Amino acid sequence: MSIGQLAKHRRLGLSDQDVIEMYTYMLKARKFDERSLLLQRAGKIAFHVSGIGQETAQVAAAFALQKGKDYFLPYYRDYAFVLAVGMTMKELMLSVFAKAEDPNSGGRQMPGHFSHKKIHIVTGSSPVTTQVPHAVGFALAAKMQRQDFVAFTTFGEGSSNQGDFHEGCNFAGVHKLPVIFMCENNQYAISIPLHKQVAGNISERALGYGFPGYKVDGNDALEVYRVVKEARERAVRGEGPTLIEAVMYRISPHSTADNDLLYRTKEEVEENRAKDGIPRFKQYLIDNGLWSEQQDEELLEAIKREVNEATDYAEKAPYPKPEDTLRHVYAEDGEVPAWQ
Amino acid sequence: MAVITYLEAIRSAMEDEMRRDGSVFVLGEDVGKGGVNNATKGLRDLFGEERVMDTPLAESAIVGVSIGAAMYGMKPVAEVQFADFIFPAANQIISEAARIRYRSNNDWNCPIVIRAPYGATGGGALYHSQCPESVFFGTPGLKIVAPSSPYDAKGLLIAAIRDPDPVLYFEHKKCYLGVTGEVPEGDFTVPIGKAEVKRQGTDITVIAYGIAVNYALQAAEELAREGISAHILDLRTLQPLDKEAVLEAAAKTGKVLIVHEDNKTGGVGAEVSAIIAEELLFELDAPIQRLCPPDVPAVGMNPPMEKFFLLSADKLATAMRQLALF
Amino acid sequence: MTDNTRRTEVTVPHLAETLVSATIGKWLKKPGDYVEQYDVLCELITDKVSVEMPSPVEGTIIELLVADGDTADVGAPICIIEEKAAGEGAVPGTAAPEGGVRELRQEPGEVPMSGRYSPAVLKLAAEHGVRLEEIRGTGLGGRITRKDVEAFIASGRTRSASGARPEPAAAAAVPAAGTAGEPSSPGEEAAASVPKVPVRSTGLHLSSNPPLPNIEVEGQPVGRGEYLIDITPIRHTIASRMRQSVSEIPHAWTMIEVDVTNLVLLRNKLKDEFKRQEGINLTYLAFVLKAVVGAIKDYPIMNSVWATDKIIVKRDINLSLAVGTEDFVVTPVIKQADQKSIAGLAMEIDQLTRKARAGKLALSDMQGGTFTVNNTGSFGSILSYPIINYPQAAIITFESIVKKPVVIQDMIAVRSMANLCLSLDHRILDGVICGRFLQRVKENLEGYSMDTKLY
Repeated sequence: MSIGQLAKHRRLGLSDQDVIEMYTYMLKARKFDERSLLLQRAGKIAFHVSGIGQETAQVAAAFALQKGKDYFLPYYRDYAFVLAVGMTMKELMLSVFAKAEDPNSGGRQMPGHFSHKKIHIVTGSSPVTTQVPHAVGFALAAKMQRQDFVAFTTFGEGSSNQGDFHEGCNFAGVHKLPVIFMCENNQYAISIPLHKQVAGNISERALGYGFPGYKVDGNDALEVYRVVKEARERAVRGEGPTLIEAVMYRISPHSTADNDLLYRTKEEVEENRAKDGIPRFKQYLIDNGLWSEQQDEELLEAIKREVNEATDYAEKAPYPKPEDTLRHVYAEDGEVPAWQ
Repeated sequence: MAVITYLEAIRSAMEDEMRRDGSVFVLGEDVGKGGVNNATKGLRDLFGEERVMDTPLAESAIVGVSIGAAMYGMKPVAEVQFADFIFPAANQIISEAARIRYRSNNDWNCPIVIRAPYGATGGGALYHSQCPESVFFGTPGLKIVAPSSPYDAKGLLIAAIRDPDPVLYFEHKKCYLGVTGEVPEGDFTVPIGKAEVKRQGTDITVIAYGIAVNYALQAAEELAREGISAHILDLRTLQPLDKEAVLEAAAKTGKVLIVHEDNKTGGVGAEVSAIIAEELLFELDAPIQRLCPPDVPAVGMNPPMEKFFLLSADKLATAMRQLALF
Repeated sequence: MTDNTRRTEVTVPHLAETLVSATIGKWLKKPGDYVEQYDVLCELITDKVSVEMPSPVEGTIIELLVADGDTADVGAPICIIEEKAAGEGAVPGTAAPEGGVRELRQEPGEVPMSGRYSPAVLKLAAEHGVRLEEIRGTGLGGRITRKDVEAFIASGRTRSASGARPEPAAAAAVPAAGTAGEPSSPGEEAAASVPKVPVRSTGLHLSSNPPLPNIEVEGQPVGRGEYLIDITPIRHTIASRMRQSVSEIPHAWTMIEVDVTNLVLLRNKLKDEFKRQEGINLTYLAFVLKAVVGAIKDYPIMNSVWATDKIIVKRDINLSLAVGTEDFVVTPVIKQADQKSIAGLAMEIDQLTRKARAGKLALSDMQGGTFTVNNTGSFGSILSYPIINYPQAAIITFESIVKKPVVIQDMIAVRSMANLCLSLDHRILDGVICGRFLQRVKENLEGYSMDTKLY
C-alpha cells in the first residue's frame, strides 16, 4: 500500500487493533453459536436460537457505540453484539444452561434474552419489538437529564411490523430523541420471507417519522460501522433518531425447533453462506497485511479453548434453588424506599 | 387541613412530588393543557413542557417509553386518558413492566406509575366508563391501587411514585369532583398494601373499593337509623390485597358483602371471597355476598340502562339490609 | 296558572362527564321574558367548559331560582318556565326498576331456616356449651344468627358460664358525612374493646406460599429413638395376603371347648413307640387334622370358596397347615388329607414343618389349600382370632391343652380341655353350620379312645 492511501478502516477512525478485535468477536460469536447448536442437539440444553450470518453487522455496530456510556437493547440473535460490548463467553454459557450464576436472568429466561446492567445491556423479553419503546425511553431520559449517551436497539424485519416499532419511531421523531434503530433484516421471520412480511421498504419508513433511514449491506462490516457511527454523532448533536436497515441473511434456521427446509432450499442457504461477512472480513484483514492464516488457526484454537472452558464451567455450575422461584417479584425488604 | 376534591388531591400529589424529586415527570395525551379531566392542570406552567410532556396518540408507546425511562432511573407518571383505552398498552404493562425485576433476577427494576381514570360518571357509555382493573389483577409484579377518598388518593399516588415497582393507579372519574375531604398539608403517604376500616360496625361487613366505598358509607348512615350497624373496609390497594385486614373485617361480623363497580365474574371481589372462604369457614354466619353490576360489556348510554347497571347508595342499602336480616 | 299550562323546571345539565355542578355566570333572560326553544337562557361556567345554556322548552320564564355567580349541582333546578299545554310528555322508562341489584336470596318461605346452623353458630355453640334448640332465632325465616348465640351466651344461660365471649361493643361509627371521605383514622375508637378474632380459624388453609419442597438429603441417619427393619419378600407377601383377606372377607368367629383327656391318654400310650418306629414325633396335631378332615367330610361347605356369583365347593380336602417361626408364618399344604391316616398325617406334618423351617418349601407345597388348621396351642395360646387364609372359607385353631376342673354328670372332675376357635367367611357360612361343624370336630376329638388306630 502506498503512502497517503489509507485503508478504509483507518479512514473511518478504526485502528489496526480495532479491526482485529472486531474479527475476533465475530469468530467468537460464531463458535459460541455453533457450540450451542451442538449442545442442543446433544440434549444438554433445551433450546437455542441462532444468529449465524448476522455477526458482522452486530460487531460493527457495537464498535461504533460507546461501551459503558450508551445503553443497548438487543434482540435475541445478538450474541456477537453482547460479546462485543462486554459480556463474556462464560456468562453466555451460563445463560444457555440456565444456571444460577447467569447474569442475564439467574436462569429464569430462555437463552438470547440478554440483560446486564453493569455493561448497560437492558433486560429483554420474548414478545418482539417491546424493546423499541424502551429504547426511546432511555433516549428520552438522556435528553431530559442532558446526558450525551444514545440508546441503541435492534430487531428483525418481522418485528419492524409491530405497532411498538411505529409508535416508538414516531415518538422519537416527534421529540427528536437520541436513539438508533437498527433493523437486522435477515430475510426471514421464522418461515415468512421478506416479500410476505414487509410492504415497501423498511429504511424508507423513517421518512414517515421525520428522520433519516439508511439501507446498508449487513455483511460489510466497515459500511455498517460507518453508518452507525454517523447515526450516533447525529443523535449526540441533538438531531434525533436514525433508522438503519442492515441487510443480511439468516444462515441457520430460526431456532432448534425449526425445520427450515420446509420453506427454503438448501441451494439458497448455501448461496448466501458464500456471502458470509466473516470470511469476507478475514480477507480484508489479510489483504491489508493485518492477518495471516497462521494467526487465524491460532485464534481458532484459542477460541475453542475458551468455548470449552465456558461450556464446562456452565455445565458444572449449580442451578438456582427451587425456592428462589418466589424471589424478586417485588422489591424485597431492605430495598424498599423511604416512604415505608 | 384543607378540604379539597379527589381531583385536586391527585393533582397536588403530582405537583408535590415533581417539586421534591427532579426525576419525576408526567406524560400522556393532552396533559400539557391540563388533561381532559383537569388532573394535570397548571403543572406545565410550573414545570415546563419537558416534564409535563404531551405524547403522540399511542398508548403502547406512552407506557413503553415510560418503562425505558424508568429503567434508566427516572420516575415517569404516565397517564392513560381513559382506562377504557389502556388495552393497547396491556402488552407493555403485563409482559414488560410487571416482569422486569423478576426476569432480570433483580438487576433491573421499573418504577413507573400509570394513572388510569376509570368508572362511570353518567353519559360515558361503553368506552368511557369501564372498570378494567380485573384484567390486570392477578399479574404478579404489578401493584394496583384504587383510592376512594381525597386523603387516600393523595397518599397513595405519592407512595406509588416513590415505589420501586410498577403501580397501576386507578382513579375513579365520578369521585373527581363528587368527593371532597380533608387532606393535610405537607408530606405524607398511604402505604400500598394496607386496607382501612372506614366505619366500625357489628352487624355486617362491607368490603369495597373506589366509589362503592362512598355509596356504602351513605347506605350505612341510612341503615344506622334502622338499627343496623355496618363495618366498612376500604381495600385501597387491590394488589397486593391486605389479607389480614380482609379476614379481620370478615370475622368481626361473620356476614360479608363485597361491592365493586367492575363486573362480578372474575372481579377482585371473587378473590376476596375465596380468601375469606378459605381461611374463615368457622366464622361465617352467612354466605359471602357480592354486589356488582351484571356481566355485560359495560354500561350503556341511555339512562334506564345506566340505572340498571350502576351501583348506587340505594342498591347498597337494600343489599346490606338483606344481609343484616339474614 | 291557567288550565292548559304547566310549570317546568329547567335543571343544570350534565355538561361533561366528571362535572357534578356548575356556576351561573350571568342570566341573559329575566322573569316575564318569553323564550323560544333553544334561546340562550344563561351562561354556565364549569371546571372544564363555559357554555351558553339553551332553553330546553318554549314558554315564559316565571322564576329564577339561582342568582348570578351562584353554583348549583347537576340536576338541580335553576329556573321555572311556564309552558303552553302539551301532551303528558313524561319521559318513558325513567324510573328504572332496581333490577340491577342481584337479589341476595329468594324468600325461602318453604325452607325452614331454624334448623340451618352456620359455621359460626355451631362453633360458638360448641365452645360455650349452648343448646341451639333453646335459642329463638331472629334471622331470616327464624334462623339462629351468630348474634343470637352471642346474646344467649351473654345472658349467662350456658353450661360453661366462664370464658363466655364479651359482647361486641356497640358500633362506634365513624360518621361519614354524605359523600365526603374522612381523613384516615384507623378505627380505634370503638367504645369497648372488640375481641380480636383469631384469623385463619379454619385450620386447614392453603398458605399463600406453597410449602417448600422437601428436599431429601442423602445419608441422613435415623433418629436414636427407633431402628429400621427391611421388609423381606416373605413379610411382604404375608402383609399383602393378610390385608387382602381382612378387607375382602367378612370374618365371624366362634369357639368351642373340647375334652381331650382321652386323646392325651392315647397319645401318651403310642408316642414312644411311634417315635421309635417312624423316627418322628407323634403330635396332637395329627389327631386334630384327622378330626377336622372327618368333620369337613360331613360338612363340605366348610371346604369352599366365595366366587361372587357362586360358591365353589372343593372336593379335595387339602389342609393348609400354619407353620410359624419367630420371624414368619407359612401355610404349606397337605394334599388330600382325607385319604391319609393319622400316621400319614403325622409324617406330612413333620416333613412340611422341616421344609418350612429350612426355607425349602416349593411352590407346589404352598398351593391348593382349601382349609387351614393352626396349632396355636403350640405357643401357649388358649384363645385366638385367626385370619382366614384367603380365599378359603374358614380357619380353625387348636389351642393349648389345659388341665381344668369341669362338671361331668353333676360332679367335678379334672379333665384336659382344649379350645377350638373358628374364623369363618360369613358370606358363605353362618352360625348354625359352623356350630354343627365344630360339634363334629369335638365329637371326633372326644371320640378318640385307647383303641384308635393310627394307620
